[in-house]
Formats: sequence, C-alpha cells, structure tokens
Amino acid sequence: MPDKEQDLINQKLQDLNNDGVDRRGFLKCMAWAGTGLVWTLSGGIPVSRAFAKSSGKDAGKGGGFSFVQISDSHIGFNKPANPDVTATLQTAINKINAMPEKPDFIIHTGDLSQLSKPSEFDTLDQVLKGVSAKQIYFVPGEHDMLADNGEQYFQRYGKGTKGSGWFSFDHKGVHFVGLVNVANLKAGGMGSLGHEQLEWLEADLKSRSASTPIVLFAHIPLWTIYPDWGWGTDDSEQALSYVKRFGSVTVLNGHIHQIMQKVEGKVSFHTAMSTAFPQPAPGTAPSAGPMKVPAEQLQRILGITDVNYLVSGHSLAIVDSPLGA
Amino acid sequence: MNRKIAWAVGLAVSAMIAVLLLTASPRVTANEHSSGANAVVTIDNFSFGPQTVTVPVGATVTWTNHDDIPHTVVSTDNVFKSKVRDTDETFSYTFSKAGTYSYFCSVHPKMTGKIVVQ
Repeated sequence: MPDKEQDLINQKLQDLNNDGVDRRGFLKCMAWAGTGLVWTLSGGIPVSRAFAKSSGKDAGKGGGFSFVQISDSHIGFNKPANPDVTATLQTAINKINAMPEKPDFIIHTGDLSQLSKPSEFDTLDQVLKGVSAKQIYFVPGEHDMLADNGEQYFQRYGKGTKGSGWFSFDHKGVHFVGLVNVANLKAGGMGSLGHEQLEWLEADLKSRSASTPIVLFAHIPLWTIYPDWGWGTDDSEQALSYVKRFGSVTVLNGHIHQIMQKVEGKVSFHTAMSTAFPQPAPGTAPSAGPMKVPAEQLQRILGITDVNYLVSGHSLAIVDSPLGA
Repeated sequence: MNRKIAWAVGLAVSAMIAVLLLTASPRVTANEHSSGANAVVTIDNFSFGPQTVTVPVGATVTWTNHDDIPHTVVSTDNVFKSKVRDTDETFSYTFSKAGTYSYFCSVHPKMTGKIVVQ
C-alpha cells in the first residue's frame, strides 16, 4: 500500500479511536476491501486500526495466536466469473502458507462444494492437504447438504460433531463454537439453528466464565443482513442471548461472498470473502446469484480472513486480505 | 359428401379423439409435450415463475432451473421432492389428485411457489 494511503487510513482511524463517539453505528459495515484492516475487540470496546505488518508477529508473543478463516470455496462451480475455483482456492492456500506467522488452525465456514459431489470434496481435500496449518475445522454450507442429507459431508468433516455437525473447542483460552444453520430449512424462512442446537449451545456456554473470549462461526450470517435474499438466521437472536454476558464475542460467517461488519455491544460480527466467486451487495442486483466481474478484477474481491488473538487486552484482530491486488 | 369421404372424416375424428384421450390420461409422461394441460415453471433469479400455476388433475408440471446456482423443488407437505437441479436441469411431477400444493427450494427457502390442481 502506498505510504500516503496508509497515512490517510491511520489518520482516519486515529480520529475514530479518540473521539469518544459511540462506534456502534459508526463502524457499521466498515471495511476497506483490498487494503487490509485490523479489527480489534478489546474488553467490548471496538478499536480499529490499519493493518500493519507487525500485527501478525504481535499475536505470536505472550501466548497469543492467529487463525485463518476461509469460506465458500464452491469446488465444482465452473461458470462466469470464475471457471476455475480450484485455482483460486489454491491461491488462497499459497497466501496462508506465505504468512510470516503460521496460523494455529484454519476454519472453513461452509460451501466447501458446489453440489455435494464426492469428486468435489476429493478436490477440496487434495488442495487443503497442502496447507501449512495442522488443523482445519469445518461447518457446512447449504451447498454441502445437497445430496443424501449431507452424508458425504458428515462422513468426511463431521466426525466427533453433534447433531447436524455442530461442535465446540478451546484454544489457548478462547472458546470456539462451530454452528450449523443450513439444515432442515423451512419454506419462506432464512437460516435456522433449530431447538436442539440452541439447547446444546446454551449448555455449552453455561460453564464458561464471562471473561472467556468467545468465537462463534457458522455459514449463514447470524445477524440479519438482507432478509429478501435470506441473508440471516431466523433464530439467531436466541443464540446471541446466550453470549450477552461475555466480554468479548466475535461472530464469523460466510455465505454472502463479501465483507460486512457490525458491532453491537460486545459482539462483533464479520463476514468473509469467498475464495470462488463474488456476490452482489444486498439489493443491488435482481438476485444473489454470482456477480460477473472482469477477470483482472476477480482476485481483488476473493480472499481470506486472518484473525489474531492478542492476550493483552483479550482482543481479536480481524484482517481481510484479497487474493491479489 | 359421399360415403367414402364421410368414412375417412369419421376415421380421422376417431383418431384425433384417441390421441386426445391418450394425452389427457393421468399416466402421461414428461416426454409427451402434446397436451395443453401440462405446465412449465422456470427458475430465474432465485424465484419460481409463475409463482402460482393452476392445472387440471393429471397434468405434469416441469420445472427448469435457469440460474447459475443449484436449486431444489420440494413440496412443503412432502408430496414431491426433486434432487438438486443444477443449471438447465429439469424436474417433473404429475399431479393425480386435486388440491393446492405449496413448494419451496430447500437450499434457498425464501423461494416459494404453489401448484393448484383442479
């Protein structure tokens, strides 16, 4: 990034951080796609600053760590604007492998495949084999449940999970919960978690102390972005009521193939770019179908999300990076 | 009109009635497009069109997906359920009983439609 642009962003962020203004509305949907933005949540107070190269290194110090979110790889999709989604996933993996600090693990927030075909999952596995991170956690997207009620997905990625594929784990003091909101969808509705999963979530969170940073991740956004296109989860309010007492909550989603951010109280919401194809901004096209862009622009709107956890201040910093400039 | 012509006309009319009877039969398959009673629904831009279709008992409705994204056609009351339909793939169902059949795309449940069978 040119220095001038960096200075400008730094200045902007300085202003934002020192003005004492309630940022709830201020930072809604704020993102500089293509430049990289660190999103920090510290004790419930959102602080943002421009992405500096040092941020990844900071995470490695004092017990902090980083992980990477990839989403919507749609292996098997072969139409405009991206006839080769395997190649763009490979580019994303190369980008992860080139990071100065190795991420501890990767989360994939669903739509691994286009049509839930065994051959598509095979291709995905082949590409993911080359990633430097030791562990990859998955939650399914609706495209992964298209055949045999998601049997292919469960056999490969659902081992040790509960219900339709939900699970939780702890990593260096942070509690992660992978949720499934793409199963048993009801006519006219949006994403759905369902009663059984909500009960499990409530019980899962009950024993954690309020100071434990919580990361919830699921395919469809857990906040309502655009109901007309089904970009939301009908019973997400219930799920979010269980995390209200926690000091730091980060919600990571995919599905909409673009970056959207929102902060509500101590909860910071974030959606990731796809590694396969872009989708239009809400309401800007007749439907949510793939957005066709010139080939040279494609890599600017596909990407990955790097999340850094800094122990000092219990903060999570989210950095979105496009695949190419 | 002489008798020969009358006989020929009679034969032709009988044949036409036979064809009409055949095509109106509830056993008609999706491959026989000759009947006007059958209907088509197209999927464009994440919606079913027309959203409501009225057909007689025995008619076959054929859905075609024109989107770049796969969809399904699933009856709300579990009467019929398509496999996933990718671009340009079709699904047909023959309605043998009168009634109103609501359906949706189980992948994108905001997509809904209705078949009225009279």
